[in-house]
Amino acid sequence: MKSVCFYFHIHQPFRLKRYRFFDIGNDHYYFDDFSDDDIITRLAENSYMPMCDTLLDMIKSTNGAFKCALSVSGTAIEQLQLYVPEMIDKLKALADTGCVEFLSGTYAHSLSSLEDTEEFMRDVKRHDAMIKDLFGKKPTTFANTELIYDDDIAAEVGRMGFNTCVTVGAKHILGWKSPNYVYQAETAPDLKLLLSNDKLADDVARNFANPEWPAYPLTADKYMDWIAALPEPEQVVNLWFSMDVFGSFLPANTGIFMFMKALPQFAAERGIRFATPSEVTAQLKPVGMMSVPYPISDIDEARDVSAWKGNDLQNEALNKLYAVAERVSLCSDRQLKQDWEYLQSSDHFYYMSTKNMADGASHAAFSPYDSPFSAFTNYMNVLADFLVRVEEQYPESIDNEELNSLLLTIRNQASEIASLNKEVKSLRAAQDSEDLPVEQVVPVEKADVEALAKKPGRKPAAKKATEKKPAAKKTSAKKTAKKAEK
Amino acid sequence: MFGWEFPPHILGGLGTASYGLTKGMHNCGNMDITFVIPKPYGDEEKGFANIIGANSTPVAWRDVDYDYVANRLGKVMDPQLYFQLRDHIYADFNYMRLNDLGCIEFSGRYPDNILEEINNYSIVAGVIARTVPCDVIHSHDWLTYPAGIHAKNVTGKPLVIHVHATDFDRSRGNVNPTVFSIEKDGMNNADHIITVSDLTRRTVIEKYGINPDKVTTVHNAVIPLSDDLLNLPRHEKKDKVITFLGRITMQKGPEYFVEAAAKVLQKTKNVRFVMAGSGDMMDAMIRLAAQRNIADRFHFTGFLRGKQVYEMLADSDVYVMPSVSEPFGISPLEAMEMGVPSIISKQSGCAEILTNVIKTDYWDIDAMADAMHALVSYPAMHDYLRVKGIEEIHGITWEKAGQKVIDIYNQVINK
Repeated sequence: MKSVCFYFHIHQPFRLKRYRFFDIGNDHYYFDDFSDDDIITRLAENSYMPMCDTLLDMIKSTNGAFKCALSVSGTAIEQLQLYVPEMIDKLKALADTGCVEFLSGTYAHSLSSLEDTEEFMRDVKRHDAMIKDLFGKKPTTFANTELIYDDDIAAEVGRMGFNTCVTVGAKHILGWKSPNYVYQAETAPDLKLLLSNDKLADDVARNFANPEWPAYPLTADKYMDWIAALPEPEQVVNLWFSMDVFGSFLPANTGIFMFMKALPQFAAERGIRFATPSEVTAQLKPVGMMSVPYPISDIDEARDVSAWKGNDLQNEALNKLYAVAERVSLCSDRQLKQDWEYLQSSDHFYYMSTKNMADGASHAAFSPYDSPFSAFTNYMNVLADFLVRVEEQYPESIDNEELNSLLLTIRNQASEIASLNKEVKSLRAAQDSEDLPVEQVVPVEKADVEALAKKPGRKPAAKKATEKKPAAKKTSAKKTAKKAEK
Repeated sequence: MFGWEFPPHILGGLGTASYGLTKGMHNCGNMDITFVIPKPYGDEEKGFANIIGANSTPVAWRDVDYDYVANRLGKVMDPQLYFQLRDHIYADFNYMRLNDLGCIEFSGRYPDNILEEINNYSIVAGVIARTVPCDVIHSHDWLTYPAGIHAKNVTGKPLVIHVHATDFDRSRGNVNPTVFSIEKDGMNNADHIITVSDLTRRTVIEKYGINPDKVTTVHNAVIPLSDDLLNLPRHEKKDKVITFLGRITMQKGPEYFVEAAAKVLQKTKNVRFVMAGSGDMMDAMIRLAAQRNIADRFHFTGFLRGKQVYEMLADSDVYVMPSVSEPFGISPLEAMEMGVPSIISKQSGCAEILTNVIKTDYWDIDAMADAMHALVSYPAMHDYLRVKGIEEIHGITWEKAGQKVIDIYNQVINK
């Protein structure tokens, strides 16, 4: 029995407003709320909401035989919460049916998997916490930003405890192999891979409303025939769509929603069932190992990551951004952390792509900028201001390790005081019992602890000249500690 | 071909473009090109076109012998040609001020009596048209349209006019009626009109009411710079240099450059601005820079000639051309070839073909300042534009433009 897995992906970035260099240091708000609101409201109206209604309808009318997976980025959820809260209710309703699996992914639809492993882990954790919070279930299937995947990412994903990962069935990786099987990752043998079937997905996404396509018009009947006609051993078809294909790229009047609604009936006739990715990997055994030395993705003809890392501008921006990853993770400023997430969205780098610049292909179509150069300039201006703010938190002169230990000291201070107080108390109790004069022991206060902390700074100065350095450092550490306390 | 300027004695972009195009067409093969200019100096590059000087073409009979002509004109033309031309004098122009060879003197520049020179030029064109056989007549810019029309009437051959600029560009809309009527007359009489950009093409169609069918855009190209220009030494300096280079006139938008510079200098200190060139707005710009309190970082060089231009570019980090209206604008291409990233206004014709430059609206001072700041602050962008810019320029050749012009010739000949 063949299984069909539908995946619908929702993502919206927080777009940057026009941010001039003279705003650097003066203006710490970077986002274009108006266009975010405008775009997501329009998309929700035309696409997300009718599509969710369609899916709900399909699930109900088939008594739960229709199943699918949803991948929603954290930034998209935040925007929906802000501008289209009714959409969140619809997603919750879908989650309640039990027929929809929510996938794990990166919070900001970021490129952290390619840039910074630690940040990648944090990113995924943030996203999954949000999904669990909203929809009640921790995701077990992972789908990276635009399905980016390679051996290193697989190892990370495996380490994070996922057992299923969705990625793209790129021709140059598969060669003669078919995407319609379950594979396993070479670097993480416990991780099962599901590969999207580009051809069948494109038949809907690109050709559904294309009268010049030989197979036009596409009907649910025909589509299921094609799937049924696949060779017998090919047991799973993964169809990955961006949700805005339905209703936005293919407007409702093309009949796309009717097409979707008709699918379950024709699938049932041909003995094809719908499944969620974790069901598929629970049932099917992997047929072979897959090794992907260079990252692949769902974007552009080349199916690689050159859409985000294809030129020097993009690499420069990414390097500058991820250079402060650890810094930001150490700090506790919520606003800073939030901006950090939003700035990571892959979209910002996509706008800087100079591929096909001359003939202005798809990159230009989605970009709010008139050229990759203005995208870069704007982003770098914002980033410059952001870096100034990071620098204000922690001066650059302290390296990460030192900073980490200082922060640890500060955080442990409270518990240290508590334990010291306890000690005092127990000593006092002991003294009381021995009837010694009380004045000798004074409860240790916070100020005293600080004074204690200062002391080792002063002593070495008197002792040896060689130990002066740490002394100086300690005092500067003192300053930062105070700053952080503020 | 009728032109007004020819390198090395040039006053603006017209000469460079005429030269590049002629050479490009010659390289496309099988063409005999005769290029008429008002006043050759004898040091023009020969070999790809036969240059005839309007000031060495007789319009009245003078009884002179070969040696005398050779003595007088040998530097600029073959004396034999003088006698051939003398055989084709078609009317008695002795009432005019002529020299000992029966020729009219030309300044070859843009004097106050320019209209008179244009008229004289077209008288001379009549003699040349009767002497030199041709298949197509090609007139560069309005100064030579009357000559082109005259030659067309004499020979009956098709006339192609090449619009390098219109008076709308030069005057920001306040056109000179005489110039306009000469331009309009030329366009009406032309069998085909070539414009240097789509921007100019629109002007020709909309402002001059010309049928779009007979207007075609052939974008200019750039003549590869010689190696000694490309390898000019770059001086090590502490500050970044942002340069404006061109005539300081209304058309070039210098005031926007000054205003943008003031914005950049509010934030960044390690930048200097240079305004190279001269023009009627220079004093106003000096005053504006002082008013904005940036005179310590804003420098004027005065008029640069020849190699100085390239020395200036070699020492620049960013080139800015904020033209209000620029039919084409060849200088950003040269800057890019020198490895200097450019910021150009969207209102320039060259913006239509260039991708590795930053384009802003000329009036959008904020955007321009932002781009300047980005280019001096973000090395990745500077490097990218430098490398890609050089690559891009190497793909823009006069041969391609020449081939397009030849195609247009074939079209008008076969009509």
